[in-house]
Amino acid sequence: MIKIYVPRDSSAKAVGADEVAKAIAVEAVTQNISIQIIRNSSRGMAWLETFVEVETSKGRVGYGPIEAGDVKRLFAAKFYEGGKHQLAHGLVDELPYLKNQERLTFARAGITDPVSLGDYISHGGFEGLKKALVMTGAAIVAEVTESGLRGRGGAAFPTGIKWKTVHDTKADQKYVCCNADEGDSGTFADRMVMEGDPFMLIEGMTIAGLASGATKGFIYIRSEYPDAIATMKEAIGIATAEKWLGNNIQSTDHSFTLEVRRGAGAYICGEETAMLESLEGKRGMVRAKPPIPALVGLFGEPTIINNVLSFAAVPFILAKGSTAYKNYGMGRSRGTLPFQLAGNIKQGGLVEKAFGITLRTLINDFGGGTFTGRKLRAVQVGGPLGSYLPESQLDLPMDYETFAANAAMVGHGGLVVFDDSVDMAAQARFAMEFCAIESCGKCTPCRIGSTRGAETIDKIVAGIDRDANLILLEDLCQTMTDGSLCAMGGLTPMPVMSAVKHFPEDFDKPARLQAAE
Amino acid sequence: MAKKTTLIDLQFGKSDPATPICAKHDNKPDALLEILHDVQHELGHVPETSLPAIAHALNLSRAEVYGVATFYHDFHLKPTGKHHLKLCSAEACQSMGGRDLVAAVEKFLNVKMGQTTSDGLITLEATYCLGLCASAPSMMFDNKPMARVNADTVKSIVEGLRA
Repeated sequence: MIKIYVPRDSSAKAVGADEVAKAIAVEAVTQNISIQIIRNSSRGMAWLETFVEVETSKGRVGYGPIEAGDVKRLFAAKFYEGGKHQLAHGLVDELPYLKNQERLTFARAGITDPVSLGDYISHGGFEGLKKALVMTGAAIVAEVTESGLRGRGGAAFPTGIKWKTVHDTKADQKYVCCNADEGDSGTFADRMVMEGDPFMLIEGMTIAGLASGATKGFIYIRSEYPDAIATMKEAIGIATAEKWLGNNIQSTDHSFTLEVRRGAGAYICGEETAMLESLEGKRGMVRAKPPIPALVGLFGEPTIINNVLSFAAVPFILAKGSTAYKNYGMGRSRGTLPFQLAGNIKQGGLVEKAFGITLRTLINDFGGGTFTGRKLRAVQVGGPLGSYLPESQLDLPMDYETFAANAAMVGHGGLVVFDDSVDMAAQARFAMEFCAIESCGKCTPCRIGSTRGAETIDKIVAGIDRDANLILLEDLCQTMTDGSLCAMGGLTPMPVMSAVKHFPEDFDKPARLQAAE
Repeated sequence: MAKKTTLIDLQFGKSDPATPICAKHDNKPDALLEILHDVQHELGHVPETSLPAIAHALNLSRAEVYGVATFYHDFHLKPTGKHHLKLCSAEACQSMGGRDLVAAVEKFLNVKMGQTTSDGLITLEATYCLGLCASAPSMMFDNKPMARVNADTVKSIVEGLRA
């Protein structure tokens, strides 16, 4: 039986993977060829989706981007035997894009069927949990601390320290919450984990439960990710049936249950305390800190909150040891980060590399430059609250401290590339506009500042008291930075001020009064 | 015999379509978002008339339920179009001509973001990221994510619906 792989990741389905799978099935019946179609996860090479793979004696051979209309020609080229075709890419394992990566978290990406427990286990799954089941909570916390893992959601807080706080706090009920409200533009690694390797997230969260003494977990997934929600629910059902979740996990005394909760289109719920409010069924209003959620979290109980990628890194750390993980990286940024190449880029997708890689390597060597072929002008790193960096800063190594020293942030590892057609004043205005739309409204600098910021940028662009308004904008940004309750208002000035600083010419064009409409 | 009265109307909201949905979620107040999603899925929107029934079932104040229903962008208190088209309006899609796409679709459908076409067929909405940023621009038609789209993609869908 010939095995043919067609990804089920939404980046593939969004460009017709379901239709491709169907066309292959139909054509195989017509030609009386016995095949098995496996809906695997995505390799993370978005420009090649739908990326169809065929198992051969030498390994898997890839074809892409395939559309349903290409299928007949693929059969004519005997692709099911690895035949030559203009869309053939040869052995998948030999593709430089994949070969040059260091995939620890995404080791199974594109290889396994996401909801096959057998696939997961035969590819190293649950090795970490098996070890954790016979360790004390304190020993698990120590292992995670030793690995140097820091929060992958963007704040980069040491995961082990957070876990220790919850471990050390006495309570009848503790919780583990996964922040899967991946709202930052240019990021999709969380989505790929949930759609492509859901058992890994289950394993990571269960280990967090064992480490802290929490027996109940929630995964808060944004409603914009219907496929991730469905896949996680399916995987939780399978894991529970096979005793990897629930009471007496694998016949031990440990118990952990998981529940998926849907968001409802509020970006602010990616802020951890707003997420807790939302999980409690309330408006996503940010809570003042202290108390920190590790002490007073969900329903007032001690709660571990981590991003999908943080939990997803844990199974590897437990399975292979903290040293194996720590050996990757630079400075205080240890391990790997799944970078996401997005926007105006030729070869967009997921690139997992150790910290220390430069933006230039990511964008040019992996990404192949801009999609349009025009000159690169700016890169926004770390989501809508991250800085816009000019071409001259592309040699910065991806490291939390280096970026912070350059008024930028690594964030969740998302890179959005813009070519020279971009209007940076419009991007700065959008940052303020977005903050105004998504602010929870609890604190004044964010709620009012964002609207005033957009108005001020409009005046600057229109040429009204330009110099005075630029000073006012800077002053407003300082107030938002210093006075906002959370990162929404506190970091919105990052994209705004970086645009002003690196691209002043875009704020100094001849007045465009008519453009104000 | 005098008619027995209670301060609480135990029959309140019994006939409201939201009441059984609340019961399905064990009338748990923390499941309010899930309940609102389910109500909207069943009725097409969250009728303001159902909010008191939900409040009653979950033992919340009407203000609390109204507050939640109006906080989140997903929930519509008024009826919307038969289909929903959400265009990604975030940075990654902007870098690939997302702004022009929004303008073209608004012109083609003759509505602005947040509005419904005059025939009630489509509600056009902005969304901020569908996680398809490496295949921008992207959109969601009803519950189906679509990537590398352009104005013609939208036109052919709409013409298909109107045919």
